This record gives sequence, structure tokens and C-alpha cells, in this order.
Amino acid sequence: MLIYLSIIITAILVNNIVFAQFLGICPFIGVSKKLDSAVGMGLAVTFVMAIATLATWAVQWLLLEPFNLGYLQTIAFILIIAILVQMLEIVMKKISPSLYAALGVFLPLITTNCAVLGVAIIVAQKAMPLGQSIVYAVATALGFTLALVLMAGIREQLELVDVPRPMRGVPIALIVAGLLAMAFMGFSGISV
Amino acid sequence: MKYLEIIFNGIWRSNPTFVLVLGMCPTLGTTSSAITGLSMGLATMFVLMCSNTSISAIKSLVPSQVRIPAYIIVIASFVTMLQMVMQAWLPSLNDALGIFIPLIVVNCILLGRAEMFASKNSVPASLCDGLGIGLGFTFALTLLGCLREALGAGTIFGARIYPEEYGSLLFILAPGAFIVLGFLIAAFNKIRGCEE
Repeated sequence: MLIYLSIIITAILVNNIVFAQFLGICPFIGVSKKLDSAVGMGLAVTFVMAIATLATWAVQWLLLEPFNLGYLQTIAFILIIAILVQMLEIVMKKISPSLYAALGVFLPLITTNCAVLGVAIIVAQKAMPLGQSIVYAVATALGFTLALVLMAGIREQLELVDVPRPMRGVPIALIVAGLLAMAFMGFSGISV
Repeated sequence: MKYLEIIFNGIWRSNPTFVLVLGMCPTLGTTSSAITGLSMGLATMFVLMCSNTSISAIKSLVPSQVRIPAYIIVIASFVTMLQMVMQAWLPSLNDALGIFIPLIVVNCILLGRAEMFASKNSVPASLCDGLGIGLGFTFALTLLGCLREALGAGTIFGARIYPEEYGSLLFILAPGAFIVLGFLIAAFNKIRGCEE
């Protein structure tokens, strides 16, 4: 049980995917202008990441490893993620239109979200068992959501501030992210 | 002449990092020193030139409904080749860049150039576009790597410019990446603003 707690705390706070591992920066900068779209994107990523990790875990240990096809990992994983996102979109539209209305617009963006592929590869490299992999994926995605929501809150306030012209938009967002990353470094002392 | 223009356009007018703001993850993640930044830039440039050329060559054979998956497969194949070459000949560099080598697949610059340029232009023009955008990306990563290494450790490409004690470790760690890149983009905006 303790190992799961340790994975969760490490993935959300200590080794946050955005602030410590630099993955998923594009949606982090792109979709963090409004609080509600940040929450939507976070939830969509959590959903996709959990299912994608499950699928890539199965492919890695039931297909690639037994048949010695490790070199096909990158191609196989990106294909699985692309197909999965497409399928999720179709299934969601059919089964739960309300969920689709909330998360649908974010789904196509997720295929090229490097956090999803990144987590699948990290899990495969560390050879985590299935349970730990899923917990790690969900916790990482929650860390991503946390980063996105914090950033959106700050950027909504930032709209009201008179920022020098060359700094407007992306530069000031990056500097705010830098300050947040500094705050998150404070968690690196935690050990469970 | 036209080709030179395409190359220069990639380096300056539509620089992938400073103007288009694409491919942020490797830009921030691999620039803790000048040499890793330069290598990541060159690795991406290699894949970009190969993928742009082949996508431009096959553009009339690919039905437009399945073009995105087809482009992703082409890109992923070249990334896998790069991975194998690096594991064989440059194992230490491969370890330093780590997960960011397979993640070249999801670098938005590659798919972006395939969709915006290679699928509409001739093979030589696409090769030049790949070279230009690749050089622009390499330039940005090397500059960011040099600045972070100089501020953080007092060296550039390993050559000492001032004693180590005066360096601020923060710039090598994660926050420094965000802050230095933020100021660099702001500086670039300022320079371009004066030009126009």
C-alpha cells in the first residue's frame, strides 16, 4: 500500500510532469487561459492517459517483449494512442453525449500531447507492474491537471495587469510557470 | 535563390521556438547545457529533413482522409532509426537526452511542417524547409543551452568563463528553463518589433 502512496505523492508533487519533467508543455501553455477549459483538458488527459497506459502496458509485455520487437516501441505506442483517442471520441459521442460535449474538443489535441506517450514510455522503461503503472498514470495526469488549474487561475488574474508589450502572451506565461516550478521544488524534500 | 529564402525564413522569420512557439517540451527539457541543446536540435533537424522529404515525395499517393496517421508513421519510422543509431554509436548522449529522443515523434514542429509545407510543396523545397526550420530550432536550443549553462555553472560548452561558485544552480534546474526561455522570447519579440 505504501508504494502506491509514494507513487501518487511523487507523481503529483515531487516529480510533477509539467514543472519537473517538462512534458505536456504545449497544452499547458495553450489551454491555460480559462479555468473551466483547464479543468476540462485535465480530465480528458486523465481519462486518456489511464486507458492509453493500460493498452500500451499490454502491448509492451504481451507482444513486444515476448517476440523481441522492442525496437518497434515508439511506432507501436504512438499508433495505439492515436487509434485509442479516435475510438474514445466515437464511443463517447455514442454513449455519453454530455461527457462528449464537455471533453470532446480536447480529444484531438491529446494525440500529440507528449505527456501521454511520455508516461507510456516511462512506465515501460521502469518495467512497472500493471497496478503501479495505472496508479502512476492517473497520479501523473492529476499532477498535470493541478499544474493547468493553478496556471489558469494565475493567468485569469494576469489579464488585468499591464504587462510590457514584448512580454505579453507566451513570455509572461513562461516566467509565471518558472516561479511555479520554483515553488514546486519545495516539495523535493518529501520522502514517503 | 528561392531555396535560400526558404532556409532563412525557417531560421528567422518563422523560427519554430521564438515565433511559432512549438516543440516546447524538448526546448525546456534538454537545454540544461549547451551541448545537450545542440545535440537535441541536430537530432530533430535530421528527422525533420528526412520526414519532410519523404512526405513531400509521397504526397500524391496518400489519400487526404488518412494523411495524418500516414505522416505520423513516416515520422515515427525515422525517429526509430535515429534511436537505433544513437543507441549504437552515441550511448552517452542517448542517456543524456533520455526520453526526449522517442518523444520527437510527438514534437508538433514535425507534424506541423508536414501538414503546412511538405504536403503542398516540391521535394527540394521541402528539404530546404526542413533544413531551415531544423537550423532555427537548433539555434534556439543552443542559445538557450549556452545561456543556462553560463548562468548556472559558469561554463559554455564546458569552457569556463567565470568561477563555479558564482553560478546560480537555479538556471540549470527546471525553473531556470522557463524563466530564461520567457525572457529570450520577449527579447526576440522586441528585436522583431524594431525590424517591422
